[in-house]
Amino acid sequence: MDWDALRISASLAAATALLLAVPGIVLARWLAYSRRPWRPLIEASLTVPLILPPTVLGFYLLSVLGNGAPLGALYHRLIGTPLAFSFTGLLIASLVVNLPFTVMPMQRAFAAIAPELLDAARTCGLSRWRSLWRIELPLAWPGLLTALIMTAAHTLGEFGVVLMVGGNIPGETRTIAISIYDRVQAFELESAANMSALLLVISLAALMVVSWLGGGRRRERGLL
Amino acid sequence: MARSGGVDVEIRYHAGMNCLALLRRLGRLYRVLTWLALLAFGVASGAEIPSIAAAADLRYALDEVVLAYQHTNGVVARVTYGSSGNFFTQLQQGAPFDIFMSADETLVQALAARSLTRDAGELYAIGRIVLFAPRGGPIMIDKGFTDLRRALDDGRLSKFAIANPAHAPYGRAAREALRAAGLWERLAAHLVLGENVAQAAQFARSGAAQAGIFALSLALAPPFADAGTYVVIDPSQHQPLRQRMVLMRGAGEAATQLYAYLKSPVARAVLRRYGFTLPHE
Repeated sequence: MDWDALRISASLAAATALLLAVPGIVLARWLAYSRRPWRPLIEASLTVPLILPPTVLGFYLLSVLGNGAPLGALYHRLIGTPLAFSFTGLLIASLVVNLPFTVMPMQRAFAAIAPELLDAARTCGLSRWRSLWRIELPLAWPGLLTALIMTAAHTLGEFGVVLMVGGNIPGETRTIAISIYDRVQAFELESAANMSALLLVISLAALMVVSWLGGGRRRERGLL
Repeated sequence: MARSGGVDVEIRYHAGMNCLALLRRLGRLYRVLTWLALLAFGVASGAEIPSIAAAADLRYALDEVVLAYQHTNGVVARVTYGSSGNFFTQLQQGAPFDIFMSADETLVQALAARSLTRDAGELYAIGRIVLFAPRGGPIMIDKGFTDLRRALDDGRLSKFAIANPAHAPYGRAAREALRAAGLWERLAAHLVLGENVAQAAQFARSGAAQAGIFALSLALAPPFADAGTYVVIDPSQHQPLRQRMVLMRGAGEAATQLYAYLKSPVARAVLRRYGFTLPHE
């Protein structure tokens, strides 16, 4: 078992989910309610990392984060270390890759709220902020939590982008998925098997929680 | 109407309670997670751990060297194995490696020409390649590729493993040797390309490919003992695998010391044991 890799994967998953929570809610809510003509374009741009091959994403991210690119060069000048092949670079890549995994379930959760409720809240004089806090979040939270769990679980399993942007550096960017690949190449099959089993258990547990959350939401709606 | 309104309020109340309790719990979780993230950042930035980007043919030999260094100096080095061509691209993008141990010296020279390294580096080994077949497989290994030729005719060979010649020096050497044997065109449809030479070796060892060409240093490594048979390919059949290492420009003191150790008699003895020809001998 590669504990370093497990620690990095856990940190990456937690940081990705937490950093995406607020922007995810804002974006998902806008996508769920907006009638603007450019909404489909925004939605498609946010969702495209889901469809693109990881290599394409990795290539674009590298060309943005690398030392030759403006963002990478600026970071290097300010911080003194390169952005590509660092944990921070990996985190940025992870945020981009996981945006659809966060936004899509959240969007569904907001869209599922009965519009009559929101109209009623508006009629009763609730501000948008109070409406979000008192009505939308309490009703949508299983969906929001589902989104964050899916994001974290997906981050644990991300491979292609991590390999391209992170570069398999032990203690820095070697996540557990990369470590499994590396162990197989080194014929340490037992270690690979242990880590694979761990990832399988975590994934199953995450999906069970998601399923449980979904069931809870359905019961609530049934009462309404 | 009034009743349904009442139910509605009650549900909202319960949902609100759930949300508050959840937020409180999330708050606690958040503190733990931030702590974890900080730990990760702290370890990543504050460390003076030398890192090596090493050609995959070094996987077992260098592991031994690094372990010996750890025993004598107490310094743990981080090693990443991969294809030299991939590392070349990554180093140009600013990958934070201190030492680059390439299987192809021209890559080190190209980095030096771009002022990314401290100097022109040093030739540390000359690699050899082997033709390998897994034990219990359908193919017999011989120096003249005789049975391999026959296996191509009678269909015993379905897959032949080499490293990707596009970016792996050992893949290129394998291609040259196969061309010299007049087998390249015929094998083309059967090739399975490893991302680096260690993966090519793994394909052949596991029996997924019935034969393959990879580094002698891997064939001599413990996981390959009793795993199959091999013959060393005559070095006149391919361009010499002149392996050069170099300190990158940003390398610190710990990496400089490790680099010196890589040139020491102890390190050279390990490389010799793994079948490398050493320069200045």
